[in-house]
Amino acid sequence: MAKWGMVIDLNKCTGCAECVAACKTENNIAIVGKEQSEMGRTMLWMDILTLYEGKYPDVKVRYLPRPCLHCDNPPCIKVCPVRATYKNEEGIIAQVFPQCIGCRYCMAACPYTVKCFNWTAPDWPDEMAAALNPDVSARPAGIVEKCTFCIHRLQKAKEQAAVEKRDIRPGEYLPACAESCPTRAISFGDLDDPKSEVSGLIRSPRMFRLLEEIGTEPKVYYLSESE
Amino acid sequence: MLAKQNNDLDDGLFYSIEYTSPKFYWVMFALFVVIGFAAYSYLMQIIIGLGVTGLAQPVSWGFYIINFVFFIGISHAGTLISAILRLSKAEWRRPITRMAEVITAIVLAIGGLHPIIDLGQPGRMWNLVTSGRLQSPLLWDVTSISAYFAASTVYLYLPLIPDIAILRDRGTKPQWLYEFLSWGWHGTPKQHHILERAINILMVMVIPIAVSVHTVISYIFAMTIQPGWHSTIFGPYFVVGAIFSGIAALLIMMIVLRKVYHLENYLKEIHFNYLSILLLIMSLLWFYFTFSEYLTTYYGNEPDEMRVFLYKFTGGFAPYFWAMFACNFLVPVTILANKKTRRIKGILIASISVVIGMWLERLIIVVPSLANPRLEYPTGIYIPSLTEWSVFIGAIAVFILGFVLFAKFFPLISVWEIKEGREKSISEVAHRLQSYLPDNHDELEIEQALK
Repeated sequence: MAKWGMVIDLNKCTGCAECVAACKTENNIAIVGKEQSEMGRTMLWMDILTLYEGKYPDVKVRYLPRPCLHCDNPPCIKVCPVRATYKNEEGIIAQVFPQCIGCRYCMAACPYTVKCFNWTAPDWPDEMAAALNPDVSARPAGIVEKCTFCIHRLQKAKEQAAVEKRDIRPGEYLPACAESCPTRAISFGDLDDPKSEVSGLIRSPRMFRLLEEIGTEPKVYYLSESE
Repeated sequence: MLAKQNNDLDDGLFYSIEYTSPKFYWVMFALFVVIGFAAYSYLMQIIIGLGVTGLAQPVSWGFYIINFVFFIGISHAGTLISAILRLSKAEWRRPITRMAEVITAIVLAIGGLHPIIDLGQPGRMWNLVTSGRLQSPLLWDVTSISAYFAASTVYLYLPLIPDIAILRDRGTKPQWLYEFLSWGWHGTPKQHHILERAINILMVMVIPIAVSVHTVISYIFAMTIQPGWHSTIFGPYFVVGAIFSGIAALLIMMIVLRKVYHLENYLKEIHFNYLSILLLIMSLLWFYFTFSEYLTTYYGNEPDEMRVFLYKFTGGFAPYFWAMFACNFLVPVTILANKKTRRIKGILIASISVVIGMWLERLIIVVPSLANPRLEYPTGIYIPSLTEWSVFIGAIAVFILGFVLFAKFFPLISVWEIKEGREKSISEVAHRLQSYLPDNHDELEIEQALK
């Protein structure tokens, strides 16, 4: 059984936010508008954190793309009262949208603050409403959502492989962010396969994970910027 | 003959049930306007979504959760205090227990509704039953609060039965209601025996249930690993805070109802004095817990914890934090430790101060931990919207409405227990006191041994 993981090389990341845009269109993530956005209700499954280091004039700006970290020991699924979020056998922290009652306990429990809430029902411009991705359900108001590693793409790849009576090939299943990255900063694959690209990358001495000290065991790895 | 006389003595307690003044209708009208507006606000929230609140990311819990913790805390006024006083045979409890129990029943219903008001999809609540996960602290809450609600309503109802029977026998309207609720009570010795047994069993049961309620509410926060929440002391800290705010609320209600229903003859200075000393003790205990909680954080100096700590002590939440400290500690201790100011007026000020202070404490626990996420996000500030305020004020109006309606149908003071106090307890207490003292023949033996 595969264990899906992601490696983001900060040496290659330019902070262009192509991954953010690809993620939004791929997953039908609601666009909330300026007013709501200023209130702190922007919905992003893939966010880019901006870190400032040093003091003016020697400021260094770093960008850190942040999807759901898909922790192996996730604090969010423990607290869900209705099993609307769970870890599947391939390590993906999945969301069951029709099951969520909107208590937002998982949002409060997530140490990485990755979850978004649908404060109101999504309101699509006409041109976009006709162009929603049919593979991802649009969410109603009042439920929590987050990055699913584009689990619908895994489903598709599996079905294709089943038809052709073979296993999934490396690179056949990629989330939208990894696929869209113009500098190939985001790699994705099976962490349990020692020959996979991601397994090689995480052996790098530049490898680190976010908030490693709290023991959540994220499956999203970073390669730090070399000086 | 004696019984008849005593009935007459307590006649005043039935006055507000049997005569309705025009004021009653005005109060009802005002309350319904407030509640109507709150209901309208909530309806809009259901239609539009939680977007009508001031909530956002990362502060995704606000007024509703604060008020949930706050109201459930107040509910510890009643049943717990009434049970402890009954259990410890405190004779001065007699005119107090009923009011305390009514507070619990009403406030628990209001508090228990708040997490539902907070839900984004209240229509899917049934999922809690069909696929509830007992591993989630939220389910512990559902379990514990429903058990407490069941126990405390029965605990309110049982000692009410003899009083309902009195109302039935007086021919008070609506007769069918009292006829039905009095359950064939005729005050036979056997009935008295069963009633007392039932009350005794319930009062022992209700204490651990009440303690469990606020413990598991604290677990909602403590079971996460968020800075400022992940604390082993939270269970007892919440329980102490709950009893603290509960006693304050009980004192406020006693003072108000005494004035409104002219109960000066029943609720005497001594009752307020005793209860306010309990409030003083709880204030000191609250300080002890607060001190332990924050000193541990400060001394440990862990960066993520310190961010929340400093946000409370010197940052954006400092005004609320220090207001809480003044309201929960400085004001009540100054007023209540001094015999001269420990009068009804002073007690009222101290109690109001404590209720406000405990509300602030709930605010300070819920918001700052959410407002300071571990990773570097741009954070906004949480400002509750009109919807949240109107639901809050509506909830208070429901509380007052509950009391007004209860007082319209049932006596606010347990009439039969007052009678029992007059008829039996005086000799019983004298007897009990005697039994505390060394027996006479022991004294003789000691005297002989000394010789």
